[in-house]
Parts: sequence; structure tokens; C-alpha cells
Amino acid sequence: MTFKFVRTALTVAGLSVVASFASAEGYTPENPECIAPANPGGGWDFTCRQVGKSLQDLGLLDKTMQVVNLAGGGGGVAFAEVVNKRGDDNDLIVAASTATATRLAQGAYPGNSMDQVRWLATIGADYGVIAVSADSAIQTLPELLDQIKTDPTSISVAGGSAVGGWDHLKVLIAANAYGIDDVRSVKYIAFDGGGEAVTQLLAGSVQAFTGDISEAKGFVDSGDIRVIAVLSPDRLEGEFASFPTAKEQGIEAIGANWRGFYAPAGMSDDAYNAWVSKIADLYATPEWKDVMANNGLAPLDLQGDAFQAFVSDSVSKIQTISREIGIIK
Amino acid sequence: MDTLASLSDGFLIALTWQNLLLALLGCFLGTVMGALPGLGPSNGVAILIPLAFTLGLGATPSLILLTSVYYGAMYGGRISSILLNIPGDEPAMMTCLDGYPMAQKGQAGEALSLSGIASFVGAFLATWGLVLLAPQLVKIALLFGPAEYFALFTLAFATLGGVSSTNQAKSAFAAMLGLGLAVIGVDTQTGVPRLTFGEVHLYDGLDFLVAIVGLFALSEVFIFLENRHGAADADSKKIKIGRLTPPWSMIKSCTPTMLRTSFLGFIAGVLPGAGASLGSFISYSMEKRLVDKKGTFGKGDPRGVAAPEAGNNAAAGGALVPMLALGVPGSGTTAVLLAVLMSLNITPGPLLFANNPDVVWGLIAALFIANFMLLALNIPMVGLFTRVLLVPPRILMPIVAMVSFVGIYGISGSSFDLLVMVAFGLAGWLLRKLDIPLVPIILGTLLGNTMENNLRRAVTISNGDYGTLIDSPLSITLWTIALVGFILPIFVGKIIKRRMRAEPTSD
Repeated sequence: MTFKFVRTALTVAGLSVVASFASAEGYTPENPECIAPANPGGGWDFTCRQVGKSLQDLGLLDKTMQVVNLAGGGGGVAFAEVVNKRGDDNDLIVAASTATATRLAQGAYPGNSMDQVRWLATIGADYGVIAVSADSAIQTLPELLDQIKTDPTSISVAGGSAVGGWDHLKVLIAANAYGIDDVRSVKYIAFDGGGEAVTQLLAGSVQAFTGDISEAKGFVDSGDIRVIAVLSPDRLEGEFASFPTAKEQGIEAIGANWRGFYAPAGMSDDAYNAWVSKIADLYATPEWKDVMANNGLAPLDLQGDAFQAFVSDSVSKIQTISREIGIIK
Repeated sequence: MDTLASLSDGFLIALTWQNLLLALLGCFLGTVMGALPGLGPSNGVAILIPLAFTLGLGATPSLILLTSVYYGAMYGGRISSILLNIPGDEPAMMTCLDGYPMAQKGQAGEALSLSGIASFVGAFLATWGLVLLAPQLVKIALLFGPAEYFALFTLAFATLGGVSSTNQAKSAFAAMLGLGLAVIGVDTQTGVPRLTFGEVHLYDGLDFLVAIVGLFALSEVFIFLENRHGAADADSKKIKIGRLTPPWSMIKSCTPTMLRTSFLGFIAGVLPGAGASLGSFISYSMEKRLVDKKGTFGKGDPRGVAAPEAGNNAAAGGALVPMLALGVPGSGTTAVLLAVLMSLNITPGPLLFANNPDVVWGLIAALFIANFMLLALNIPMVGLFTRVLLVPPRILMPIVAMVSFVGIYGISGSSFDLLVMVAFGLAGWLLRKLDIPLVPIILGTLLGNTMENNLRRAVTISNGDYGTLIDSPLSITLWTIALVGFILPIFVGKIIKRRMRAEPTSD
């Protein structure tokens, strides 16, 4: 009964927008659908819903994009579903991020590899940050890493991903760049999401936090935590400009959590190009720039082949560091 | 005073015809979704997000709609617990324990009304707690490090004996089974998959809802199928509906219970790592320890219905504290609400109260309105709900099976989950035959993972020193309560049993 009501409401709402804009592309999705490979509330869910809403608001899609939450296996269930059952669906896109690339690199989607889907485009990137509590004695990234180098047991670093996940890898990339050879000595504590990890930093249970800017933003504004390094090539824009980069502190570490989409491998070229240009058009609008600014997303503008090459490159980099920490053999 | 002025501003925002209608719609849909097994508050809210977006609602109206659904689902979960012994969602599980026996005794109407009132009290007090204490309460959440969380979960398990009184060994076995099931999935502290057999669907562990619906709803269907040829349908032991409103004396006797458990539930909700399930669980088992002198809990004691309902609704309100004030979701549903806030360009966190006062106070006012609406909506509908009991099992059971399958498939869209559910259904049937209680299994599954993770976090931080577990006054207090809660009933129980044995002989 409830479902029926929602569906009716959606249809009514859908019909009222149909007339407004017609897409200029060669291909128009009949039933646009976005799979968020996680439960509602996470980053992938946000990617699907925000992009779906903005595409419709801006008239780039004339129908409501249906968001389907297909959780399981850290995105592996959705990946397998797309590869095995929806291989030639032209209306389907799937939210992805560095976490997807990380798991593909570590073989955590059994039997699947990045070549089994087509990579569409990015909608921005979260650069990693390393932060300490506002009352901590540690002021810079080299100070933190120096302390880890001399006594690894004295510093616990908290993050929102599992061991071997992206939050963990970010801090290892920095440690590696600083000359800590045995990265396994870095003490990493996995929490259920960045929010819980920051809370434990405030509670004083841990000494440092590794995560995304969007996770840290609210606490930086309130003066509770201090970002000692952002893992971006240059300083970020706007209100984030005050964060020092790792690079300017002499540590060549870059960690970008990109957010984007992949599509089934059998999607027609017409449909693929239409989706790529829709997302590119969206990316170019000032409205999307606002969304990015509000959510701490930094520019990362990759589409089609360039994105494909980027994913392939990041998969091989992650494989190298995962081998060093012993996650894969 | 400042707070009250802001709150009245909030009411000005919330009290428009559009917002009131949205709240009514949300309450109604939420109650229905909460009552359907499988569809819980988090799915309910997620399903309605597109509706809020396509209607082009602003930030405050969207939140009013979605939080009404949230509160509505927390109310609705009790209905199927009481009538069918099938929890509508995770926190409503504890309501089965006394709610169903009450319905069997012909007190279904009273149980429903009483639990509605308990829900109202819990949610109402929690909303006041949110108004008055939100900024200060955050400090409580900051007292809890991994070691304290571990002590809290141990406390929950130490009082487990309170849940199923018949055979302690069997309930311990059930809890162990649940803890074992919780281990399935990728271990976050090492990144290694455990007991997944290479099956990618198991990497995230088992979904509690799948387990609950399988163990409770499907096993009920299997039991019915087994007894079908017998007298089950023919005699259809005419369940009486009884009176629809509880007598004053019942409400009065439950009032202290409701007040105590509202407080406990609220605190459990405020802790980001705990949540509503722990809230209703601790409420029930503590209350049983405290007032159940005659051993009536589990056999249809009204206080056993009031305790978990006040507890879980208070926890729902409490969970909004860390979400609004820290941007940290305390439960699955608040995680969804958090995502909605973000896509409405509102950043929850320490500065939300300062930066978006209209949203916060409008939301809080909406919670009050939704709460009164739910009470007004639920009490008259009790008569309608109880008709479910008049439906003969041969019609009801196929509907239960259907709703279970559709509900579970609706959450995950994966047929693998359906197989897992059937497996749980068969296991539930077998366990019922062996008279092993099902609730500890779910609790083990639900809490085991978080408990284990917190233990390992604590020990990793302290470089392997287990002393860290009793290193703060808070954790020592929690351990003490856990020990007392575990040991005391063993002695007290003996004394009571001796007395009970003594009584018949003296007659």
C-alpha cells in the first residue's frame, strides 16, 4: 500500500516535469536508475541522490532518477549484480569512489576486476586530511610522523574505514613518504564511519584522525580539532585555504577520495556518451559548484577515457601499498 | 528561557497547514511501515526521501515529514510484536516478550493502548531532553571510549538472564549462537573476511532484519504448517479482544516503569555506538531485575510491555542528540536523516544550533507535534488493529509469509537475502522445538560485532594491556553494575525458589 502510494506520487511528480526540458543528447534514458551499493545514509547513497536531484533540477534528466540501495560486500554485491545480470542496461549508473578502486585492487570483490565495467566520470573529490585534537601538542604533520617513527605505540590513529581501507591507506601513504619503512608499525584503529572516529579523537581515546574533509569540517569550524595536513597537491580554495598541505611540509603525499560513477560494460556507446556528457554538463554548472563547496568536495573533473585511465592507475598504486602492509600477497 | 523562546519560534515555523498535513501523513505512513515486518524506520525514511524531493519541499518541511515517519515507525513496530509475536523492527523485539502473552490472554487492546501511551511518554520525555540538554549531553557521549563501550555491552549481556527466565543454559547457548553469527563478515580490525566462504553477500555480515524476520515470522509460518492438519485451525481457540483501553490502575502501576526506562533509553540513544535496540533491551532487563518480584515478566506483565516501548522511543529521541550536535548518527535511521540534511545543504555538527536555528527548532517542534498526533492516531486505531487477531491463521499466515518476502527483498533487492531468511526460518522452527529462546540470538548478532570491535580497539590503543578496560571511573561503575546484575539474581533466585517451594507445603 505504501509502495503504491509512493509510486503514484512519483509518477505524478514525474509527469509534471516531463514537459519542461528535452535533452539534447542522442540518447535519453527511459528509466534512469542509480545503484548506491550501500545502505541509505552513506557516501555512495549521497552521490546517487544528490546527482539525481541536481540532474533533474537542472533539466539534464527529464525523469526522476530512481535510487536503488544494493548493499553488501562493500559494494561487491552491486558490482557482481551489474556484471552478471545488468550487463547491457543503458539506463543504469552506479555510484563509486576510491573505496571501490581499493577493494578491486585488493581482490575484495571475488572474481571481479575493474575492466568488467565502463567508468563514466567523476563529480569531485574529497582530499584526505590528518587532524589532531585542538589541545594536542602536535602542530605539524612532520611532528606527528616523527613521533610515530620514534615510538609507534604512542600514537593511535583513528579512521572510519576498515583496516586496509582508504582512510587507513591515506595515513600509510603519508608515513611512507616521510620515510617510515615498516608501515605496519603505524597503529590504526578502525571505527564505524568517520563521525565515530572524530568523536573518539574529541574524547581523547586516540591521538590523530585520518579521514575526509567533509567528515572533519564541522569540528574544524567549531574549533574542536586542528587539521595538520590536507593530502592535496595544492592548497584548497575558499574556507579550506587555511589547511596546510602535506606537500608544503615536505611530505610528498596525495590522497584523493574521488566520487564518481561506473556503468555496465555492455552499455551502448550512444548511452555511454550521453551519460558522460550529462555528468560533465552537471559538473560545469554553478549549482553543482555550490553543492561541492557545501560538502567539502574539491575539483576533480575526469570523464570517459581519462577517468578510465585514472582508475586503472589508482588500482595499481593501491595494489603496491597493500602488498607492503600485507593485505594482499 | 532562551531555549523556550527558540522553541516557540520553532512552533511558529512548524504550525502551518502544510507542515501539519505532512506530519499527519508521515505519522500514518510511519506507523504502517513500522508494523510491517522487514520495513523498519530506516527503510521507511529512505523510501520517502524521493517524495520529499519531488514535492520540492524546503528543508524544514522535508525534515518534518521524515522525522514523523521515524517516530511513527518506532510506534508502529510494537503492533505486530503484540498481535503476531513478530517484531516489526529491531527495537520492538523486546515488546514481543510480554506483549504477545498479553494478547493471548485476551488483553491485546490493553497491551496496544498501554504500549502506545508508553511510547508517547518515552518520546515526549526524550524530546524535552533534546530541547534542554542537547549541548550538554554531547559531553556524555565523549566520556565513552572503546573501553567504556565494551563495559556497557558486557553489562547488557550480563543482564541477559532477565530476558528468558525458563532455562539459563538455553538462553546462554542462544546468546553464544548469536555472537557466533555476528562474527561473519569482513573483520574491520584486520580487513580479513571471516566465515564468508568466499560469498560476497556475506562480506558485510548478516543483516539483522533478515535474521529477525526469518527467526520470528517465517518460523511462525512453519509451525503453523506443521500443525495445520491438527486442531489448530478448527478450534481456533477464539482469542478474545477484551477491553480496548487499559484501566487507570494499570497505567498507574506502569508509570514508575515508564519514567525509569525513558531515562535509560534516552541515554542509550545519546551514545552513538549503542542505539534503540540496546535501549529497549537494557530497559526491559533492568526493569525485570528491579520490579519483577513474582516472576510475571515474560508471561504478560503490562510493565514488560511499557518498559521496552518507553525505552526504545526515548532512545529514538536520544539518537537525535549526537546527530544534530555532533553530526554522528546514533542509529541507522539517523544516518539516513543525516544524509538528507547534507543534501539539503545543512551541515550537522557543533555549529548547527548556531547556524541553522530555524531548522533545529522547527524540527524539535515537529517532534512534539508528531508525538501528540501519534498518540491521537494510535489509541482510536487500537480497535482496528486488534481485528487482525480475528483473521483465521490459514489466511493470516500466507499474508505474513508474503509480507516477509516482499519486505526483505524490498530492502536489499537481493535474492541471496531471501535464502538467508528461509534458512533462519528453518533454524527458528528447530530452535522453537528445542525450546531455545530466540531473542538472545538476535541480541548476540546485533550487539556482538560492536562489542568485539570495541574490545579490540581498546586493547590495540593500550598496546595489548587489558588493564585499560577498568581504567576509568565510568568503566569501573559499568563493570560493577554488570557484576551485580549477573551475580545477584543467582542468589536471590535461589531464595525465591526456596520460598516458592516452601509455600505449597505450608498450605
